[in-house]
Amino acid sequence: MGEGTLYDKVWDRHKVTALPTGQDQLFVGLHLVHEVTSPQAFGMLKERDREVAFPKRTHATVDHIVPTGNRDRPYADEAAENMMAELEENVRGSGIEFSDPDSGNQGIVHVIGPEQGLTQPGMTIVCGDSHTSTHGAFGALAFGIGTSQIRDVLATGCVAMEKQKVRKIEVTGELGEGVTAKDVILTIIRKLGTDGGVGYVYEYAGEAIENLGMEGRMSICNMSIEGGARAGYVNPDETTYEWLEGTDAFADDPEKFEELKPYWESIASDDDAEYDDVVTIDGSEIEPVVTWGTTPGQGIGITEEIPHPDDLPADKADTARRAQEHMRVEPGDTMEGYEIDVAFLGSCTNARLKDLREAAAFVKGRTVDEDVRAMVVPGSQRVQRAAEAEGLDEVFTDAGFDWRDPGCSMCLGMNDDQLEGDEASASSSNRNFVGRQGSKDGRTVLMSPIMVAAAAVTGEVTDVRELKEVTVA
Amino acid sequence: MSDADIDHDGFADGEAPAARVTHVSGTGIPVRGNDIDTDQIIPARFMKVVTFDGLGQFAFFDQRFDDEDNEKDHPFNEEKYKGANVLVANANFGCGSSREHAPQALMRWGIDAVVGESFAEIFAGNCLALGIPTVTADTESIEALQDFVEENPDAEIDIDVEAETVTYGDETVDADVSEAQRKALVEGVWDTTALMGANGDAVKATARSLPYVPDDHVPADDAASEGAVGDD
Repeated sequence: MGEGTLYDKVWDRHKVTALPTGQDQLFVGLHLVHEVTSPQAFGMLKERDREVAFPKRTHATVDHIVPTGNRDRPYADEAAENMMAELEENVRGSGIEFSDPDSGNQGIVHVIGPEQGLTQPGMTIVCGDSHTSTHGAFGALAFGIGTSQIRDVLATGCVAMEKQKVRKIEVTGELGEGVTAKDVILTIIRKLGTDGGVGYVYEYAGEAIENLGMEGRMSICNMSIEGGARAGYVNPDETTYEWLEGTDAFADDPEKFEELKPYWESIASDDDAEYDDVVTIDGSEIEPVVTWGTTPGQGIGITEEIPHPDDLPADKADTARRAQEHMRVEPGDTMEGYEIDVAFLGSCTNARLKDLREAAAFVKGRTVDEDVRAMVVPGSQRVQRAAEAEGLDEVFTDAGFDWRDPGCSMCLGMNDDQLEGDEASASSSNRNFVGRQGSKDGRTVLMSPIMVAAAAVTGEVTDVRELKEVTVA
Repeated sequence: MSDADIDHDGFADGEAPAARVTHVSGTGIPVRGNDIDTDQIIPARFMKVVTFDGLGQFAFFDQRFDDEDNEKDHPFNEEKYKGANVLVANANFGCGSSREHAPQALMRWGIDAVVGESFAEIFAGNCLALGIPTVTADTESIEALQDFVEENPDAEIDIDVEAETVTYGDETVDADVSEAQRKALVEGVWDTTALMGANGDAVKATARSLPYVPDDHVPADDAASEGAVGDD
């Protein structure tokens, strides 16, 4: 086991006791709740006649089923309305703060936590959602849990966990033009595999990571789980503190900021920390990455050839063959020129203000291809308002994008935003699993927001470096 | 030791049958392929529910039915695997989303244990919360077991959680059950709510020791919890 890492320190600070199961009981500093995975847990709580133990360390929002078009209540989709009503009842009955659409603070749970300053370094953060790893970008220990564990957290304020190993992933050098955090994480997953992180927590480090803003760090930590790692984190630094200073938690309370900063600094990994594994990746060699298959590990650089299944390790060959059949791609081809029907700019991976700004720069003055339906789904109502204040909504709508209300939307097709039939989508989301975007014949190509913008205007997978960026006024 | 097969049927949401799970015995069902994700196990559209009841019928739904609801080739559709309770999977089974709906759907279809090359962590944790062992073995052993099950769908498979073995036909193969999982299942202490709930005061003490937790976020000690100090 490693020593002196952020993971070790945060674990130790939150450890309540060792359980007879061999697991540790960890106090949960922040429990985020959404409508899909929580209702059964609240139900279990009622059955056991227990109350929420730490309502003030709990925060809820609605994101998965919420419509991104007409949001008048009751929602047109009865099942969605029921889930929303259930969540409202559960959180209001427990004294849990709720960022609902009326509050103006609603959004994807992994967008609202960081933007409200709920997410802070040195916390343990859980949510019934695998992309909770996102919050690790702030130097928190954050991971997804199942519904029975949500029950545990609601009832006791704790989770039972086994300690894991820590792998340091150092991304050295400077990222090239048109290369984003998304390309970095897709490269990491491709190299280490979709199950390479099982049993590990990932610490992302190195020049290329340190140079990223918080949005990029969040995109990377967000997809840790796609590489099998339940949690991923970046050590907090000045970039982190700068973000925190501007959030609700500290904007009006600089004293609290100064009070907590030493703690944040203290939990960063020591220079001589011991890791169970260290992997180094040259960031300067990464190019824009797109997926050709049906797992996030099946990615290639935009100029690279799709691999032949026979050339892959035996355990990857079958999956690759099936994926290529589903995606209708041929080994030896590149993904450039792959025709798309839908462009989806959204999700907890890539729907923050910076993502929208960067994509808008490639959309401005251009028009969405006539055969493409393109949509932007901001990560939160705050992102939406900030983008509108900058005129980004107009840039997108002028080009032919649909500008929608915040939610998970077409990342997983739990509301009306879904692929139809065998449509192919250029998507800034995190999973290209078969059926993920709502149609079992649908085809998802994962890529960065600027690559989605490029694909939207050309109608095919495009190397964004060949498009000239237009500066948004 | 006799078969300590647990009956998962008929439990309300979350009413985990607090019991020792030392063995799971029954017939097998192979689901081949690496990286079988939770979107395949239970497509998201079936998660627009507020209970887990009835999810069993939707297990692997899109793999089992085409657009016109005609059955496709899938082990979960095959008559010969009816009544099977041991799922035999390959590598990285259950990857993707944290949805407990996935093991819930499998459990409600009838699965009591999963044997595979490897499992995604959140999936394995969710299985444990339901008392479903996730047992691993090497690639060769798993493929041999899948072949065996295909040829002998009525043959009994016995998973010994404590001894970490899987026995079928004349074969007994070494398997692996993570230490915490083995302990929890064998000792019947996988109801973590009750376990952790007994340490209420220690939890509050930990919370108060954290610089970011304001005092008024920690509930006051009350008489009831004062008497329930755990082992800390």
